[in-house]
Amino acid sequence: MTVSVAHIASPATGTDPAATGAGPVTSGAEPAATGAEPVTSGAGSAAGEALLDESQPGGRRANLIASLRTLGSRPGFVVAVLFIAFVMVTAFAPGLFTSHDPYATAPADRLVSPSGGHLFGTDELGRDLWSRMLHGSALTIKATLIALGIAIVAGLALGVISGFFGGLVDAVLMRGVDVLLAIPSLLMALSIVTALGFGTVPVAVAVGVGIVPGFARTTRAEVLRVKTLPYVEAARGGGASWLRVLLRHVLPNSWGPVAVLAVLDTGIAIIAIASLSFLGFGAAPPTAEWGTLISAGRNYLVTAPWVSLLPGLFVAMTVLSLNHISKTLQELER
Amino acid sequence: MTRYILGRFAQALVVLWAAYTVTFAVLYLLPSDPVALQLGAAGIETDKLTPEQLNTAMAQYGLDRPVLNQYFSHLWGFLHGDFGDSISKQQPVADLIGDRLGPTVALSITAATLSLVAGMALAYLASYMRWRPARLFLTRLPSFGASFPQFFIALLLIQLLSFNLGWLPATGVKGWKSLVMPSITISLLTASMLAQVLMRSFDDTLRQPYIVTARAKGLSRAAVQWRHGFRNALLPALTILGVLVGLTVTSAIVVETVFSRNGLGKLAQEAVLAQDVPVVLAIVSLAAAVFVFVNLVVDLLYPLLDPRIVQGRRKVASS
Amino acid sequence: MTAGTSQLTSPPTSPLVSPLVTIRDLHVGYVRRRRTAPAVRGVDLSIGSGEIVALVGESGSGKSTIANTIIGLLPDNARVTAGSVLLHTGPDPEDADGPALDDRLDLDGHGRRTVEIVGAREKVLRGLRGRVVGLVPQDPMVGLNPTRRIGGQVAEAIRLRGVSGDDLDAEVLEFLAQAGVDNPQLRARQYPHELSGGLRQRVLIGIALAGRPRLIIADEPTSALDVTVQRRILDHLEGLVRESGISLLIITHDLAVAADRGDRVVVLQDGEIVEQGPPGDILVSPAQDYTRRLIAAAPGLAHGGQIVPRFQLPPEQVATPDPVIRLENVSKRYPLPGRQAGSFLALDGVSVEVARGRTHALVGESGSGKTTMLRIAFGFEQATDGRVSLDGVDITGLGWKQTRLLRRKVQLVHQNPYASLDPRFTVGQSITEPLVSFRIGDRRTRTARALELLDQVALPGSYLDRLPAELSGGQRQRVAIARALALSPELVLLDEPVSALDVSVQEQILELLTDLQERLGLSYLFVSHDLAVVARISHTVSVLNRGRQVESGSVAAVFGSPSSEYTRELIDAVPGQRGATRQAGSRDDDVREVART
Repeated sequence: MTVSVAHIASPATGTDPAATGAGPVTSGAEPAATGAEPVTSGAGSAAGEALLDESQPGGRRANLIASLRTLGSRPGFVVAVLFIAFVMVTAFAPGLFTSHDPYATAPADRLVSPSGGHLFGTDELGRDLWSRMLHGSALTIKATLIALGIAIVAGLALGVISGFFGGLVDAVLMRGVDVLLAIPSLLMALSIVTALGFGTVPVAVAVGVGIVPGFARTTRAEVLRVKTLPYVEAARGGGASWLRVLLRHVLPNSWGPVAVLAVLDTGIAIIAIASLSFLGFGAAPPTAEWGTLISAGRNYLVTAPWVSLLPGLFVAMTVLSLNHISKTLQELER
Repeated sequence: MTRYILGRFAQALVVLWAAYTVTFAVLYLLPSDPVALQLGAAGIETDKLTPEQLNTAMAQYGLDRPVLNQYFSHLWGFLHGDFGDSISKQQPVADLIGDRLGPTVALSITAATLSLVAGMALAYLASYMRWRPARLFLTRLPSFGASFPQFFIALLLIQLLSFNLGWLPATGVKGWKSLVMPSITISLLTASMLAQVLMRSFDDTLRQPYIVTARAKGLSRAAVQWRHGFRNALLPALTILGVLVGLTVTSAIVVETVFSRNGLGKLAQEAVLAQDVPVVLAIVSLAAAVFVFVNLVVDLLYPLLDPRIVQGRRKVASS
Repeated sequence: MTAGTSQLTSPPTSPLVSPLVTIRDLHVGYVRRRRTAPAVRGVDLSIGSGEIVALVGESGSGKSTIANTIIGLLPDNARVTAGSVLLHTGPDPEDADGPALDDRLDLDGHGRRTVEIVGAREKVLRGLRGRVVGLVPQDPMVGLNPTRRIGGQVAEAIRLRGVSGDDLDAEVLEFLAQAGVDNPQLRARQYPHELSGGLRQRVLIGIALAGRPRLIIADEPTSALDVTVQRRILDHLEGLVRESGISLLIITHDLAVAADRGDRVVVLQDGEIVEQGPPGDILVSPAQDYTRRLIAAAPGLAHGGQIVPRFQLPPEQVATPDPVIRLENVSKRYPLPGRQAGSFLALDGVSVEVARGRTHALVGESGSGKTTMLRIAFGFEQATDGRVSLDGVDITGLGWKQTRLLRRKVQLVHQNPYASLDPRFTVGQSITEPLVSFRIGDRRTRTARALELLDQVALPGSYLDRLPAELSGGQRQRVAIARALALSPELVLLDEPVSALDVSVQEQILELLTDLQERLGLSYLFVSHDLAVVARISHTVSVLNRGRQVESGSVAAVFGSPSSEYTRELIDAVPGQRGATRQAGSRDDDVREVART
């Protein structure tokens, strides 16, 4: 028994492959069978096997449309997606949503509370906080994307190689991952920042490396699960090469939980990046990442709490949206 | 059984050594100019030194030796409780850590206890609740708790409980009152994570066929959940205990910084800011040791809670 | 309800027995996405005191839903939309305070207490569970709490009757012994994982008995167990209820089991009762087409409980000079899991050959090594010892790559059609995958081939673009067969190809397989635990037990005059034999015979 199995972000990965593989047949429980696909329950009809209604649209496209429709019918999910889309746009074109210069100081307007003119109010130098927030998106979101890129490329590669080839390769790689998991990810990030110096890119790299082990584990678990499924064996039996099996069967079918984790990890990465810049390891002033903005406002909590709290709320909303998207997708997967 | 315990111990030590080595490698091999980095922390600007001065400075901090040599002498020191000297503070790291340990241990224990109690209670309640709106509310709660950055929670608490209501001190380490907000801040995250894992585990467990057997006996729902659901649901959640404790410890870095508590977390933040390599190395290793220790305890406890594991071992022993 | 069944609205029970359960016009549905899908539609049923009623139906027929309604354990999304379920409990002399039955209490003419279950509060239902209605659940492997001792789990049910202290311990042992658990003292201290499946099922029976119920519901009580174990346990359960006058409701998908066990057989289809009556009447003169089809599809019943082989092979033709595949003296040794020393011998010198154009079956219970044999034949596993030759070429010890081209001649159909098709592949992609892998043809010719294959397995060409999720189990298995045929193999390995399917669908797939064999001259190596199915499709058979070959020969010879005790036991355990003899013999003899066992 390995205790370090669970990656905290993905309780989903603990599923027993045997249980998953069982499917509706062996479980045989009546309610489950009845509640399942209407077509399946039709198997017991008089003709034994009623053929499908030919007028029904079928196939992959219908499947996709059905999933999208289910997702679209969840208002929470739609709001979350729209908010994330908004944040992404601000990261690449902050000017679209504000006319204020994030660096323009106005001593007369210092610590003005939120209003129509200054959506988030102004900071101690009279700079428009909303505008600084949006321009901060650029740095924070880019850092997040770098971190996520590292995690996905390295984690996916490690997980797929480990899970697919098994044996000694798997043993060695997974012991390595175990060791990395033993170092709490924030501390790993701090070590890397110490070594590389401060700034947006070192912080991004540090956070990305911290996420890799969990990502590798989840990917490996999924690949292992799918690898033993009868349809993979059937493909092998049909003469398919290992590469083909990997690319056509294993990867597409392991992708779901991994993608869910990736979304979840995006939120975690944003928090970690904001935390590191909050601690003072991010970009140097006057450029502002989200964490730096919040940190700077701490000194004015008594007189102007919004300077810290509103940007903090913005970060929280972003992460909450990502978590909600991830959760919804996960429910859909099940 | 003894062999099992000894094996676990050995495994834990190997993991700990490997974690130390990885951290050492990151700190000593990753920087393009480790000498400049470390001397910089001591306030020495390497560009302005003559070669002779540079050599003296390097010798003073032991940086003139080959990296492998430094690694072994550090490792030897670690095994004896000697973590070297802080470069920025000119003090033995062991003393620094000793001075700062108290507040962090108090905080971690309070926060860990709080998150265990709160996380379990929330998950238990959520899976017992049958009234759908309440149930939905409870199951969504952890997702919120895990979404708010800790520094934001901390600032919010300070704003509310210190500045607006004046109930609790905003900073410092004096008295139990100073522990309240920091531990709430930490446990909000860890309790949420625990609750999420447990809720899922309860979900799976209460769907097992043996639950139907128990209900068919005529047991009440409360009895079924307590006697047949709880222990079985707890088992998978045990495996994340190490991660949770690790998270509690690392959360101290942010939380102690916000609440100006002079603990290990604050020390870590200061050390990174000063790029004080020996201090960072010591703190990371310490945290890894805590993680490895908790996992070891879980590993040793697991067979006591799950009879299936014990049986497996016995079979091994007898064959 | 169809016209033919309308006469059954007042269910026939023997006038001698007073009803214990009366179900009238029951409608139950499952709510999914705000729509209610009906599962039970207007069922009328009554169960008399001491009566054994067998509820038969295929998946989706609503049989378990009815059982769950009676015991008040419907899932949260189930809704009883109409009808009533009355439980006539009667005053219980044994405990005066009785379960909390005050709700909707109703005294009928005979001074019995009657409880309406539909709409009853949880508290009332809880009082009934265990003490009036007991349950023997479906799968014994997962029916017991893995982290509590057996004794504790039985004691819970007893304690609810107010028993405590030393009496409690004594009763635990008593009920375990009653359920046929050997060495109850030891078993009570053990955990479920230390017990075999059959023993766990007995413990579950003990738990059901422990509440001293009036009615026991047995939901597919033995379908997860091997046939020989299955038979012993059902015999025991039947004897117990006959002796103590408890009513028994058996839920099963197997008409043969129902006919063997039930005083009355109730056939369900799509949530409606199609037909009911004593097993003799139903088997001899089924009134409904559906029942007739079920009987025809149940190989054990079709010939009055006898296994009748489809093919009669003269003894001199059993051996063949030129088999498609020959496995000689094959042994397979697995290291024990974990770090345990030693190894486990899964196969011990088994020899099998498959003649061209014929079917050879490997029969055995779980752990017999039949599937290992199949996997060695396919090349997924290497034999530890012995030789394998394919089409006259010795391929022993050759790796996957070296035999890849040769392997086009051998294809495999998996047991579970729900797992053997990639959920992301359309039917067309699945079928043509072997062609793509071997680079045969181009896009156009592959599509043409796929259409041809679909036609061979009797699926319309429009199914090319369907995803597996849109297909039923039988249709999926047809697709899996089409995929196996894509490379025009000589030998198809069939790993329990019908065991995951409903009886009537089983029959169609077996028919398809026989038909394909005739048309394409295929050879089959067929693995199954079901003797009746084997007799239906195979020419020759090998019986395996714990890795050893017990006997082999033509199906007619082996099943007709078995030379080994084990084969005879297997044949005796095939359900459907008693149901068939009942029409002739008197029931009382039968009952007495059972009570003795």
